[in-house]
Amino acid sequence: MVLRLACPHCGPRPVEEWTYGEVPDPPDHLTEADERDVDRGFMMGNTEGVKVERWFHAGGCRRWQTITRDTTLD
Amino acid sequence: MNEFIEAQVALGWEQNLRSSYDVVIVGGGGHGMSTAYHLATRHGITDVAVLERGYIGSGNSGRNTTIIRANYGIPEAVRFYQRSVDLYSRLEEETGRWIMHDRKGLLWLVHGTPGTRNERARSIVNQAFGADTVYVTPEEVGEICPEVDMNAGGGEYRVTGGSYSPHAATARHDRVVWALAEGAMKRGVHVHQRTAVTGLLKDGDRVTGVMTDRGPVTAGVTVSAVGGHVSTLAAMAGVRLPIRTHPLQAFVTNHYARTFRPIVASAEMGFYVSQTPRGEMLLGAGIDSQPSYSYRSSYEFLSHCSLPAVTLLPFLRDLTVLRQWTGVCDMSVDMSPIMGYTGVDGFLVTTGWGTWGFKGIPAGGEQMAELIATDRTPELIAPFSLNRFKEDRLMFDPGSTGTTH
Ligand SMILES: Cc1cc2nc3c(=O)[nH]c(=O)nc-3n(C[C@H](O)[C@H](O)[C@H](O)COP(=O)(O)OP(=O)(O)OC[C@H]3O[C@@H](n4cnc5c(N)ncnc54)[C@H](O)[C@@H]3O)c2cc1C
Ligand SMILES: [Zn+2]
Repeated sequence: MVLRLACPHCGPRPVEEWTYGEVPDPPDHLTEADERDVDRGFMMGNTEGVKVERWFHAGGCRRWQTITRDTTLD
Repeated sequence: MNEFIEAQVALGWEQNLRSSYDVVIVGGGGHGMSTAYHLATRHGITDVAVLERGYIGSGNSGRNTTIIRANYGIPEAVRFYQRSVDLYSRLEEETGRWIMHDRKGLLWLVHGTPGTRNERARSIVNQAFGADTVYVTPEEVGEICPEVDMNAGGGEYRVTGGSYSPHAATARHDRVVWALAEGAMKRGVHVHQRTAVTGLLKDGDRVTGVMTDRGPVTAGVTVSAVGGHVSTLAAMAGVRLPIRTHPLQAFVTNHYARTFRPIVASAEMGFYVSQTPRGEMLLGAGIDSQPSYSYRSSYEFLSHCSLPAVTLLPFLRDLTVLRQWTGVCDMSVDMSPIMGYTGVDGFLVTTGWGTWGFKGIPAGGEQMAELIATDRTPELIAPFSLNRFKEDRLMFDPGSTGTTH
């Protein structure tokens, strides 16, 4: 079955209605400004497991939602 | 030739996991195996272990739609993939194993002016850097693939031309992995299945080997060749990557009674198709939009992929879906591979193979082996180093994917 994301306004809706928003997560130990910029621009945690994400419900209420997902299951 | 190569390949499994190897390769997919094969055959480096947590080829290398092509969009990629196309066409002779390599030609169709412009540009770049892609007219499309409905969708997807790459081929994916594994093992490489890497051994910042579920193994060089799982392994080395893992699905139909010769793709319609040696029609499309490690297949994918397919190739209507499956792909932000040094001593990666890395298996392994043997980045893959993100020279390649992998 296709992934459904639970929207607090619209209920569970298929992933096609949503746009994923990558949240930059440069690690704290990167302190040098250029390194942090490169990390913010390109690098990703790409978590294998439970993860808090931002999704825009483009085909519904058109609001950003914070959604927790286990990427090994969904 | 006997269809049952499984009974012929001499895979000499080594039971004893040594506590130390010169080179440890994590991941027994095409890229890990090809790196081991080329270390052994080109450089005489055989104190090598390939550690695979499942069985060899159980990752994307045994799940892909096996398209081999060099019709990429940027010079560096055309050169690299053309090298791989050439190595693939010699692989049967070299290994003595029938990998069912079949040069079919690939037809990349367009349906209007922007597409025409793209395919003309692609042909020019390809020819300049050694790939035989040509621009073709609608009449020529009809000759290469008579099954195409030139007025598809009642004209909505009228075929206005396309590019044709005679060099494009397919090969049986697990046979590629087995042939490389056999060649490596014959020369002394150890391949350990059901051996999961659970951590990395370190001396300060340097990676000195791996922790496995069968104990620690030290290594002069540790190579990550773990497909979609690369971020998890690299994080243990403290390496961050411009990679997001996305599922990619595909499916086959039952047997089509006639021969369907070329590989046909339309990026605008969002699907591609070829015929397997068993006569099944093999179809694919784009990635699932969510980052995910799930192998779940969806009905939505089937319908999204089938609708344009039956529109462009009406004969597909009469076939039935037989099997559907999913792989999890290491998508790089610029759609190009990432090979070589990571900034952490003793730890190399071959990744960013995304939805396009089956074709890169021979050249990727050849070049990684040369890098390991000489401790220098070969010129062919220098543009694909991880450094490029820091140096602001991305290799964004619209030719990588979109739809056709
Ligand atoms: C549906 C689909 C269609 C595709 N179509 C094409 C195509 O037509 N043409 C093309 O060129 N490419 C295609 N691709 C992409 C191609 O399959 C991959 O890029 C390629 O197979 C990558 O090979 P690899 O060796 O890097 O990874 P994989 O083959 O995924 O191998 C990685 C291996 O590492 C193992 N592993 C992971 N973590 C660990 C660990 N911690 N310890 C030990 N072992 C571990 C896994 O079990 C796996 O066997 C497609 C992919 C999919 C999913
Ligand atoms: Zn909503």
